[in-house]
Amino acid sequence: MTGSRQAIGADHFAKYVGAIDCDLHPAVPAMGVLVPYLNDYWREMVSVRALDRLNLSLTSYPENAPLSCRPDWALDDGGKPGSSFEAMREHVLDRYRPRHGILNCLYGAQVFHSEDMAAAFCRATNDWIRDEWLSRDPRLRASIVIPAYNTELAVAEIERRADDFRFVQVLMLVSGEVTLGRRQLWPIYRLAERLELPIGIHAGSAYRHAPTAIGWPSYYVEDYVAQSAAFENQLQSMISEGVFAKFPLLKVVAIESGLTWLTGFVWRADKTWKGVRAEVPWVTRAPSEIVRDHVRLTVQPIDAADEYEAIMRLVDHMKSDELFLFSTDYPHWQFDGDSALPPGIPDALFRKILSENALATYPRLSKANHALEIAL
Amino acid sequence: MSVIDVDQSHSAKSKFQVIDCDIHPAMTSWKEIHPFLDRRWIEHLSVYGSHLRHAFSEALSYPRMSPDAARVDAYPEEGGPPGSSLELMRRKHLDQNGVEIGMLIPLRWNPGSQRNLDLGVALTRAMNTWQVERWVKQEPRLRASVLVAQEDIGGAVAEIDARGGDPNFTQILLLPRTDEPLGRRRYWPIFEAAVRNNLPITIHVGGTNGHPSTGGGWSSYYMEEHHMVAQAMQAVMASLVFEGVFERSPKLRVVIMEGGLGWIPSFNARMDKHWNRMRSEVPHVKRPPSEYVREHVWFTTQPMEEPGSSAALLDLFDRIGWDRLLFATDYPHWDFDDPRTAFKANLSDSQRHQLLYGNARKFYRFDE
Repeated sequence: MTGSRQAIGADHFAKYVGAIDCDLHPAVPAMGVLVPYLNDYWREMVSVRALDRLNLSLTSYPENAPLSCRPDWALDDGGKPGSSFEAMREHVLDRYRPRHGILNCLYGAQVFHSEDMAAAFCRATNDWIRDEWLSRDPRLRASIVIPAYNTELAVAEIERRADDFRFVQVLMLVSGEVTLGRRQLWPIYRLAERLELPIGIHAGSAYRHAPTAIGWPSYYVEDYVAQSAAFENQLQSMISEGVFAKFPLLKVVAIESGLTWLTGFVWRADKTWKGVRAEVPWVTRAPSEIVRDHVRLTVQPIDAADEYEAIMRLVDHMKSDELFLFSTDYPHWQFDGDSALPPGIPDALFRKILSENALATYPRLSKANHALEIAL
Repeated sequence: MSVIDVDQSHSAKSKFQVIDCDIHPAMTSWKEIHPFLDRRWIEHLSVYGSHLRHAFSEALSYPRMSPDAARVDAYPEEGGPPGSSLELMRRKHLDQNGVEIGMLIPLRWNPGSQRNLDLGVALTRAMNTWQVERWVKQEPRLRASVLVAQEDIGGAVAEIDARGGDPNFTQILLLPRTDEPLGRRRYWPIFEAAVRNNLPITIHVGGTNGHPSTGGGWSSYYMEEHHMVAQAMQAVMASLVFEGVFERSPKLRVVIMEGGLGWIPSFNARMDKHWNRMRSEVPHVKRPPSEYVREHVWFTTQPMEEPGSSAALLDLFDRIGWDRLLFATDYPHWDFDDPRTAFKANLSDSQRHQLLYGNARKFYRFDE
């Protein structure tokens, strides 16, 4: 690890100073760390059912799959990638020197079938994130992990975090039980809009359904490739159902979606809308306009052979330089060395992607500078 | 002058030669196939009807925005559904649009998705004969597609072998919503039969397999369902590549029909990027996925993308490969593409000819 660090050289990271890194993955090392945050009943259940022996890493991110951890970001002790705060500080915070990094914790708590279990463990996960990550580094911010398949419990968990401005976003997996536009989820969006929390939709599936419309693929690489299709489908769902007409201030951030699918999506969505808009009379604007106003995307991975060309083409096609948010996707292996963004991006666009777009997307990032510490 | 004005100045019929790769023929009444069905299946259909994995026995799950998803001018004066009158098809489409060859894509009954496999096989056999007797023999510009009951591999292969030597058939028709992803090995005998009979596999939007149209559940609106056929096609392409179908069957040729075009370059790049990262999982995939797609997969053009600028559309064609695009109108459906106006781009005469005619002529080997 030391060798690769020297080979890269610190200067190459200078351009990232002040970034907002919108996708960092802290890992729950083992369920034991959550037990102190559980109530008596769930502590007993953990003990009786030996729940703490379960490895709740998601099928969407097998621990040892090449994608799940960049080789030079692996932990020396063989621990779960992303489970060490000190390593994240060394690999990202002290190297890229972002102004803020947003933690998106992907863990089994949010996909339990039992709604009560999901609620208890999501709450514990958020508490643990607060104590073991947010409180240890003032640059860190986090997304609220929610039991998304019970709207009432999800709303309660968001309300619980409302006064802690270090929580800047609500996190949902792109593939869950129902399409994300469905009205049963709207109380989540209503509250998120009121609290200025974007809905961060992250790649990953609860595997309630086959990952594709044609069934269960054989290989992990197919599941991962299919994530971008899931983002397309969920955006089409949210647009069609009228989420953005109902909640005009709501922002959605597509996290780890692949990015370059966006052009094909808006072309098709616009054309389809022109043909069938009578079915959805509340959709009064073209989907491309709705996307420009409401949807943002983190930049890693960039699905393109030539990433510079891809970003410039996207800005041209989307007629906007405000859509893309810097991310390293730490510790996932999307790029090598310091190539989080390709070279050659014009300065003004680079600054937009690096931090300005994120500051406009996450109002709480600015407010949290008041260093509000809630009483524990 | 707009692009459409330019097109209209060239609208004389004789200017165009067209091969239409997607025409939907319909039956005036279901009795039209009685002559080709065993009595047992006629009785079965009249009692139990179609038996699919969705909620309505006689209707689609997502009602379309026009009756029969059809153009309003496609209804025959003598009655019957759009697409059922050969005379009207000739007058309103084949003659008017300069169609020299038209490929029939029958969709009635979803035979490939029938849960009763014997019924599915019987229907494909009857509908294949119906295409020849009712259409191709009456109109030499038309060609038939071999329908197969894709979930009964033995029945499907037997039907392909039975039709393989018949020049009335130009391709094998599959629907993307198979029970399992199409590249999985249960379907490999179908690909082997295709190569053996020198027929391409065409995958046209459709099918019902019981899986929601997204990995995150069912959509509510036709607006979503219509959009999502493109993502189903992405999954088909990924499955064929990552299962190694093209490594096993290097002569296999596939047409993705009515799946859209805008997603192809980015999806190829996505497959390449993540194959490169995870290639140890799929050692049988020896080359970047986009190379297999470039060599083995063609795409029909309808519904044409409308990116809003000529340059963006030409750039898209460049990135897909001009020789991979096959023109289709989708007659008589509502989202019909007119050969005069479908391409909102500044095409040269030779580029237009290649898209409307030359590529399909070469692909289907009509000049051999």
